Order: sequence, then C-alpha cells, then structure tokens
Amino acid sequence: MAVERRDFESNQAMRQVMGDYFVELTKGAENGKKTAWCTSVGPAELLLSMGYNVYFPENHGAMLGASRMATDLIPLANAQGYSPDICSYLTADIGSYLAKQSPFQKMKLPGPPKADVLVFNTNQCRDVKDWFQFYAREWDVPCIGIHSPRACGDLDLAMVDSVAKQIEQLIPTLEQVVGQKFDIDRLREVIKSSRRCTELWKQVLETAANVPSPISFFDETIQMGPAVVLRGQQSAIDYYELLLKELRQRVADGVAAVEGESFRIYWEGMPIWGKLKDLSTQFMQLKACVVASTYCNSWIFEALDPSDPFESMARAYSSIFICRSDDPKEAYIEEMVQKYKVNGILYHDAKTCPNNSNCRYQMPQRLQTRLGLPYMIVNGDLNDLRLYSDEQTRTNIEAFVEQLAEA
Amino acid sequence: MSHYCGIDVGASAAKLVLIDAGGKVVARALRRSGIAYAETAEACLAEALAGAGLSRDDVAHTASTGYGRHNIPWANDSSTEIACHGRGVFHHFPRALAVIDIGAQDNKVIHIDASGRRTHFKMNRKCAAGTGAFLEEIAYRMNLDVGELNRLAERSTKEASLGSFCTVFAATEILTRIRDGEKVEDIVKGAFRSVVKRVMEMDVIEGDLALSGGVVAHNPLLVKLIGETFGREPLVPPDPQFMGAFGAALFALEKSRKEAMPC
Ligand code: SF4
Repeated sequence: MAVERRDFESNQAMRQVMGDYFVELTKGAENGKKTAWCTSVGPAELLLSMGYNVYFPENHGAMLGASRMATDLIPLANAQGYSPDICSYLTADIGSYLAKQSPFQKMKLPGPPKADVLVFNTNQCRDVKDWFQFYAREWDVPCIGIHSPRACGDLDLAMVDSVAKQIEQLIPTLEQVVGQKFDIDRLREVIKSSRRCTELWKQVLETAANVPSPISFFDETIQMGPAVVLRGQQSAIDYYELLLKELRQRVADGVAAVEGESFRIYWEGMPIWGKLKDLSTQFMQLKACVVASTYCNSWIFEALDPSDPFESMARAYSSIFICRSDDPKEAYIEEMVQKYKVNGILYHDAKTCPNNSNCRYQMPQRLQTRLGLPYMIVNGDLNDLRLYSDEQTRTNIEAFVEQLAEA
Repeated sequence: MSHYCGIDVGASAAKLVLIDAGGKVVARALRRSGIAYAETAEACLAEALAGAGLSRDDVAHTASTGYGRHNIPWANDSSTEIACHGRGVFHHFPRALAVIDIGAQDNKVIHIDASGRRTHFKMNRKCAAGTGAFLEEIAYRMNLDVGELNRLAERSTKEASLGSFCTVFAATEILTRIRDGEKVEDIVKGAFRSVVKRVMEMDVIEGDLALSGGVVAHNPLLVKLIGETFGREPLVPPDPQFMGAFGAALFALEKSRKEAMPC
C-alpha cells in the first residue's frame, strides 16, 4: 500500500529561510563576515552576538546522511586513519571535504564555508573536538572550546561555574579573530531571541501530544532545521510562528500526520538519516506515529536567560539529555512517555555514536519494568548505511507493531 | 474450502504447511527460497496440494511469513516470523515460555505469556554470529558438508573453544586449531558451542524454553548443548523447521474464522 507523507504548507517558507542561511554562509568572506564553526550545542549565541556567521557542521553531517552521500564518503576518512567505529558525521564530513563533494553543490553553492575559528563544546562527545581539530590543522586557524561535564546527575553550581567561566574565556580569541569588541547587551538580545526560538520549537513538538498527532518524528527531523542553525535569529522565530499556526489548524481540523493513527511510539536515539523516507513510509503503513523523540527535544534550551547570560548559557548547554547520567535520562523519558501517550519505545543503537545510544547500559530493561511499556532496538547508524540492514529493521519494526496490536 | 495454508519464505528455505480446520497438518513442502520467491511459493503449494490430494479451491485462506512474506501474491495476510514462530510453538506447548528460533541468517528470542500473547522479542544484531550462516561458513572453511556437522560433533570427546564473536575471526581461529592438531569433530563441536553462546547472550531467558527453526531441526546436538547451557531441557516441537509456516497456517485459520463470524 503506497502512502504519502502529508506535506506542510510552511515547507516553502522553510526552504526559503534555510536557503538564505546557506547562501549567506557561503558569502561570508565576500560580505566581510568571519565564519565560526560551532558544535550543535556550542556557544552559538556568543558567536552570533559578536557578528560571526555561525556554521554547524553536524547539520552538514546530517545532510550528507539524508542525501545518502555519506556511505560513499566515509571510507575516504577511514583510509586517512579515522576509524569506521567513530562518529559517522565526522567521517562523512571529512570524506566530503577530501572528495570536495557536498550537498551544498546541489543548492548551487560551492561547499561548506571555511572556518576562521572553530568552537566546540564537548557536552555531547569528544568526537566534535577531534573533528574540529582536523580542520584547525588543515587551515591553520584557532580551535577553542568548552570542556563540559558528562554523565552528570544533578547539575551543581561548581559545574555551571566552570562552564560559564570557560565560555567567558573564549572571548579574547573570538574578539581577535573577528576584530570587534564583545558587547554584553548584544549577547542579551541574542539570548532573548534564542530563548524565544526554543519556546516556539517546544510548542511545535508539543502539538504531537494531541491524538492523533499532527506531526511525526520524521517531519520534525526536517522541521528542526531552523532551531538547529538559526537559533538566536529572527528568521527562526518567524518560521516557527508560521509552522505552529499550521499545526494548530491541523489539530483543530483533526488532521493526522499518520492517517488512522493507532499506535504512538517514542524514538530514543539518533535518526537514521539515509532511511527517513523508508521508515516514515513503513510507520505510516503500520498506522504507527512516532510522536516524540529525545533527539528533536534536544534543541530546547529553557535555561537561557538574558538577565544572566553566561551562567544561563552554561546551564542550558550542560543540562541537555546527552550529557546527563541514566537517572535523569530515564526520568525524562518517563515524563515524555506520559505526556505524549506513548505505547512503546524504539531505541536506535547507532553503531558510531555511543553518546546518543542509550540502550547499552540496560536502560530499556529498567524502563520496561518501571513503565510496563514494550521496547525494541534497531541496530543501525546515523549516517553509515553499511551498518544498517533494511530487511532486518523492517521485520523488527513490523513485529514490534504486531506486538503493540496484540497488547 | 476447508484447508488453511501457511507459507514461510525464509532467507534460505521456503516452507509451506497445509492444515485442516482442526489445525492438523495435512501436507508440507520445502524448497530453497531461490531468487523468485513467488515462483518458489507456487511450486511449494502445488507440491503440498498434490501430496494431500487437494486442489487450490480447497484452500480457504493463506498467510505468509518470512523475508519473502510480501512477495506472495496469493497470500491473504502476512505476519512476521516472530509472530508465526511464537504462534506455532505455543500451539504445541500452550504455556508461558521463551521461543528461540535459530534461522539461516538471524536468531530471535520470543517471549510468550500463558495466554499466548507476545510480551517481548529480540532479534540478533546485524551479524551472522550464532546463526545458520555461521555454521555454513565454518563447514565451508573446513571443506565439510553442512549436513555432516552434527554427526561429526557428536563424535567429539574434547571440545575446541572458539572465542570470537565474528564469523571471520572464528574461521581464523579454526585455522589455528587445525595447526595445533585439534580434531575436526572437536572444532565442529566448538562451533556449535559458539552458536549456543551467541544465543545465550541475546536475552534473559527464564522458565520454559522451546526451540524452532531449521538449524535445530538439522542439528539435534545443538538442542542438547542449549539444554546444558540453560540448565533445563528445551522443548522441541515436531518439525521445528516448519514452525513459522505452521504458525502462519494457524493465523490463516483464525483469521478466516473471525471473518466468518457475524458482526
Ligand atoms: S554526539 Fe554522536 S553523532 Fe553527534 S558529533 Fe558526537 S559522536 Fe557524532
């Protein structure tokens, strides 16, 4: 049975917003702008406030995955000594750089912008630092960053202080590269804008708590683009206001992302970028909607507070799911499961990203016991499709939905 | 129209079972799945019908399963192998149990409660370790026929241990064992033991356990080794290789009864 994903009317606006962003990025030098590479939950607000064009290579990694270019490019990085077992965003991106092939070219753009400075935050993993250091060596530009606490339970003041201080310490280098003085009021404005973007993105995701849900995880992985790369900018706010309106209309009209929605699933772990369409289709055929995910929720930074810029950035960046221990992670999933009325949990065990694979330390079993909800595990990867079996995953998901139907 | 068909087109073999309205098996057929699943299934059906002296019109409902389940144009329904192996085994052993299905290319552990409802299942990771494909590779490396493995392993007096997860590494380990002068039968028994270990690592299995799938059907020693490892005798249904097809046939029967019920 052929089923089609229901498109959003706002998509046109999103393409425009994202397209403008990419064009601006590649015209950075031409427009006299400096480019900072930033990890997804790095200090983007600070960089923006200092006048940088901010480029997020993880977004490029995801584009390489979604366009299915990654699997052919990863081996080039492997051959250079970057193991097939490490982050396949990193290996796909470095492979793309080596081969001079990028999805940017499909947009008639030359390729990702060269960095004037690379700014990482290890809150998500060590790989981002290793990744950025490759380019720092290639281009002889500074690579600076924040070393964040990982696997922490409650965030204590000492941790927040340390991160806040590290953010402040980035300023001299950033001033030097950009040739401009840091302005705290400008930072407050950007944080305010970023905070607004976060609130809107959260509201977008929360529309999925409706039954039936007007949006699925597979839509969200596309819709999250502006929240990832344009947080702190007005265009992201404008876009999410538009999308939210459309979603609220869908809810009012009872329009479902998955026609005949019968099962509601939580997706824990990374998307499998090269298989989004196939998986979305399979879930639609099975009348199952993936209504919530850790991944899409990871771009919610509610701690941001313009009145206390550094500490609130530190808090926001250090309280994300990925850098927490299993106790807060489980409490979070439990809350999501209840809020989104979930019937079952799917864990994606991404071979090259242990940081986003939460099924390796018995979490599924513990949550099953606590919540009485069935779970399944998909073995795959975010980008490297050599690590993914279509057939096995298809059967696994189908069997899981059969089980939900029996329950 | 009093018979029901289950067809399981697996990675290696296609199995077909015809049952009557009482759930009794009246005919079976088995062929290599090959590359034209629909044709293989057709040939299996013709063979089973001929064997039972039935015609196509005698088949009221067909359910398919296995990797090729969506390629059988005449199937009325399809279910996964997980559902069908569970259903088939539960028919023979109606109690809470865990079913271990060792297939040609993947393994499954299926947990069933006392009412026959599936509570959880697990498939092996994307790796041939512990599956029939592993034994085939080992047989190939040792220049043996896969059909001889069980007989050889039964003769073993001192099992050689193979430690690797990976099929390729295990094959290399075998070369070392051969060089060390270990006997072929001891190495083959080591390979069997390796299958059991991979299965054991998949999930916690408490209470009764039952086995299904072609690998078990052809290698009774595996049943014994699994029993030793788990500390209890596994239940083995008749014709374990046909369990998926049998479960599918039972689903076909149930489905057709449901459809016949007045609303
Ligand atoms: S969190 Fe995982 S996917 Fe993201 S950069 Fe780190 S290793 Fe790669």
